[in-house]
Formats: sequence, C-alpha cells, structure tokens
Amino acid sequence: MGDNNTMILNMGPQHPSTHGVLRVILELDGEVVVKATPDIGFLHRGLEKLAENKTYHQCIPLTDRLDYVAGMTNNLAYVLAVEKLLGLEVPPRAQAIRVLLSELQRISSHLLWLGTHAHDIGAMTPLFYALRERDEILFMFEMICGSRLTPSYFRVGGLAQDLPEGLEEKGREFTRTFNAHVDEYETLLTKNKIWLKRTQGVGVISAQEAVNWGLTGPNLRASNMPWDLRKAMPYSGYENYEFIVPTGKNGDVYDRYRVRMMEVRQSNEIVRQVLDKMPGGAILADDPRVVYPPKDRVQESIESLIHHFHLASAGFPTPAGEVYASIESPKGELGFYLVSDGTNKPWRFRVRPPSFINLSALPVMVQGRLISDVVAVIGSIDIVLAEIDR
Amino acid sequence: MDLATVAERVKKKFPEAVLEVGAFRGETTLQIRPEDLLSLCRFLRDDPEMAFDFLIDLCGVDYLPREPRFQVVYHLCSTRTRLRLRLKVSLPGTDPKIASVFSVWKAADWMEREAFDMYGIAFTGHPDLRRILLTPEWQGYPLRKDYPLRG
Repeated sequence: MGDNNTMILNMGPQHPSTHGVLRVILELDGEVVVKATPDIGFLHRGLEKLAENKTYHQCIPLTDRLDYVAGMTNNLAYVLAVEKLLGLEVPPRAQAIRVLLSELQRISSHLLWLGTHAHDIGAMTPLFYALRERDEILFMFEMICGSRLTPSYFRVGGLAQDLPEGLEEKGREFTRTFNAHVDEYETLLTKNKIWLKRTQGVGVISAQEAVNWGLTGPNLRASNMPWDLRKAMPYSGYENYEFIVPTGKNGDVYDRYRVRMMEVRQSNEIVRQVLDKMPGGAILADDPRVVYPPKDRVQESIESLIHHFHLASAGFPTPAGEVYASIESPKGELGFYLVSDGTNKPWRFRVRPPSFINLSALPVMVQGRLISDVVAVIGSIDIVLAEIDR
Repeated sequence: MDLATVAERVKKKFPEAVLEVGAFRGETTLQIRPEDLLSLCRFLRDDPEMAFDFLIDLCGVDYLPREPRFQVVYHLCSTRTRLRLRLKVSLPGTDPKIASVFSVWKAADWMEREAFDMYGIAFTGHPDLRRILLTPEWQGYPLRKDYPLRG
C-alpha cells in the first residue's frame, strides 16, 4: 500500500504490453493512476562504452542493435556523424539509396508499431496485415545485404555494395500496392468505435509541453507541431523529394495513430520518387583514407588487399573535434554526438535516443487516467527498449 | 539570424559567462562558466530572437587526465530559427557539480539522471536525482575513463 490508501502495482518488466523489458511502477487509487514511475535499464549493455574501444567502422554493427526494428536509420545517423567529422561528401547514388532504404525502414517500423499497438488494445487482425507488408520490406533488405533486422549496410563514405538486380522492380511493385494496403488497415481501425473510445482523448500532451519534454517524431507532430528534420534541416538529399509533414490536432493516442498512418503513405511516395529519379554512378566516396577498395580488386591485387586489411584492422584516424549529426528516425530525432581526439577510435560516442526521451514524458501523459489507458499510451509512444537502455 | 549572430548576442548579454566560442564543421559551441549556466539557459529559451525551445541532448564527457576533467554538453535547437547551438561547461574531477536545467527544459529529467549514473556528475536542484540505467546499489561510474573495461 502507498500513502493515503493508494495501491502500488508493478507492471512489467515481463509484461506483453510494455514492448520489451520496461517496468512501470503504478501508484493507483482504485483504477486511476496517481503516479507512474518508469523503471528502465534491464537491457543496458554499455553500448557507449563499448564503442569507445572500437574503430569507427566497427561501431556500425553496434548501431544496428539500438532501435532493432529500424537498423537502417540507425546506421544512417551514425555514418552521417562520422562523415561530418571527416568532412566527407557522399556520391548522389549512395545518398538516394540511403533515402530509399530509410523510408522503407520507416514504413516497416511503423507497421510493426501499428500491429503491436492495435493488438495491445485488443484488435488482433491489423497485426497479421501489417506484418505481411513488413515482411515484403524485410525480404528486400535481405536481398540487399543478407540480413533482415541488422543490416550494417551503410558505410562511412557510402554503401557496402550496390543494389542487387531486381530490387528496383520489387520496390516499384511495393509502392504500387502499398497505399491500398494502408486503406485495409484503416478500414479496420480509423472509424472503429472501440478503437476511437480507447484512443481519443487519451494520453494528451500539448505542443508546448511536448517540446519542453523534448518529444520528437510522430509523438510531437501529433500535438500539432509540424517539426520534421527531413524538412527542417534536410540531410542526405531529402530536399530533392516532395512530401508533406502530417500533423495531428489533439496530441492524443488517436492522433499519434493518424499521424503514423499518414506518414507511411508519404514514405511510400518518397520511395516512388527515389526510384524514379535514381541517379547512376559510384556508391562510395573517392577517399582511400576511409573507404574500402572494391571487392573484385581486393581479390586480384596485393596492394588493394593490404589497403583493405589496414582499414579493417587499424581503422582510420579522424580530425580532433566534435560533431553532432541527427536524422528523423521512425521514432524521432536520432542523433550521434562524437568527440574525436584524433585517433582511430571515438573518445566519446553519445547516442541521442528518441525513445528514451519520449518515454520520459510517460508519467505526464498517464497521470489521472485509468490503468487500461497506460497500455494504450505506452503503445502509442512507440518505444524500443534496446535503444532506451543501450 | 545565423549562428555567429547568436554567439555574438549571447556574448554581449553575458560578457563574463561565455569563456570561449568555438566553430567546427558548421557547428557553434559556447564554453560557459558553470555558475552562469542557469540564467544563460533561461535567456536562450525565453528571448524571442533566440527561442531555443528544445533541449535536444545533454551528456557528460570525461577528459581524463585533463583538468578540469569533466564536461557537460548541452545540445539546443530552436524550432523557430532552425538553428542548433552547443553549450559546454567544464567541471573538476573531484565532486563535479552543476545546476540542473530541469526548471528550464523538462527534457533534462532523464538525461541528467543518465549523466549522473554514468559519470557521477551531480545536478543540484534536480527533483529526483538517482541512477536510471544501472541498479541503485551499483558501485562506480561506468563511462568514466578509469572505470575498468572488464569486470
């Protein structure tokens, strides 16, 4: 028992609706939440410490394991930071492919969110539909880099390899059919009475409060704040594509759902534009100090083999200094703050994790609400505990 | 308004607080005297021309064996001017302490707790300063450079 006859209820860390190992300590007055205290860290692996002892390239696989349902965007934010540190220009084709895969990743991340979130609230069917399309995307990722969840496909200076044959055709096929699939999900939920009752007016946060709490991504935009880094501070050539930034009005669970549904349609549109405009040319910057030599040359010439070996074992030094680079990941602003002391390993490797900061506003969103709303609100924030705990 | 003007204006307003202005790769960093942090942050948030409404990131850095050993780094962003600014304060190796900016940006809540958890930097005025990722009984501060890599 807590003070004044309130009850303490322990939710998680082993609870299906906490999306991983999140524990929330709820102080309840009947069914009403008096205070919610999230308890995190169950998945802490010391990732930032690990990275300080790896070369810059060796850190890329670590970033896959942050937000593990959006590996591509994690890779992107990290390589952008290293490239900024080096002052490296990436060729247009590599930039376009990065945008293509980031947007596909956004769709797949939002789809997994949609399925699990709807399932939490009691709608079983959207999960099956959403995973069907998500699998299409993961299959494309497997074609590209052999891996569905942990791609490690982006490199400092470009990409690990060019797109495989048939990928562009598969992408086009996806964009042709995807909007109709989104209509399918929306038929199940958007005007569903139970869905509306469970989500409208729940977990409200105002735009001003959302900014003050550091909320980013769809959670911020649902509070009627049109802030998207792809528009506000474009990176990797996003300024070349036309898309709109959807916003909500009320900042509740329903608006977060609506914003994400509109976002996947926009992402689909960006994917289509990238495929239409796909430039040719190199996929790696021409800078032998940091860029691996092409594989076929490594197999034929001893100089390239030594070059490859040297880069893989010793890495490359970076100029002393500090940079911060960030992107609009599916969850919000994902940033990397790197401090270099001029050696081949980062002196400080800081991840600005969107889920971590978005979750810190949970107590404000659920205070005074019913315990069943806590499930809806946690789902609506779209958290990944691997990124929160690092 | 660009970053150079921002730095200029802050320097004019707080001539003694800004110790150094650094620019690297298009980013601007202000090195701040620790005791002036809070008033400077309030100014940066509330001044209509600055309008740094976002505290994007806050983290510690350990520069062992340099003295002052620790730094706390603040990444600010303005949704109005679309500018980013970095603030840094240097803290001594023994008993590092700095005012909490929770009263300015609530986003500092968990980020300050994390910096405390990982570096042992105390944020005075934080409403609930305790470990966040590690267990309460944990010994030591893992991201310090003298913390052993293996157990």
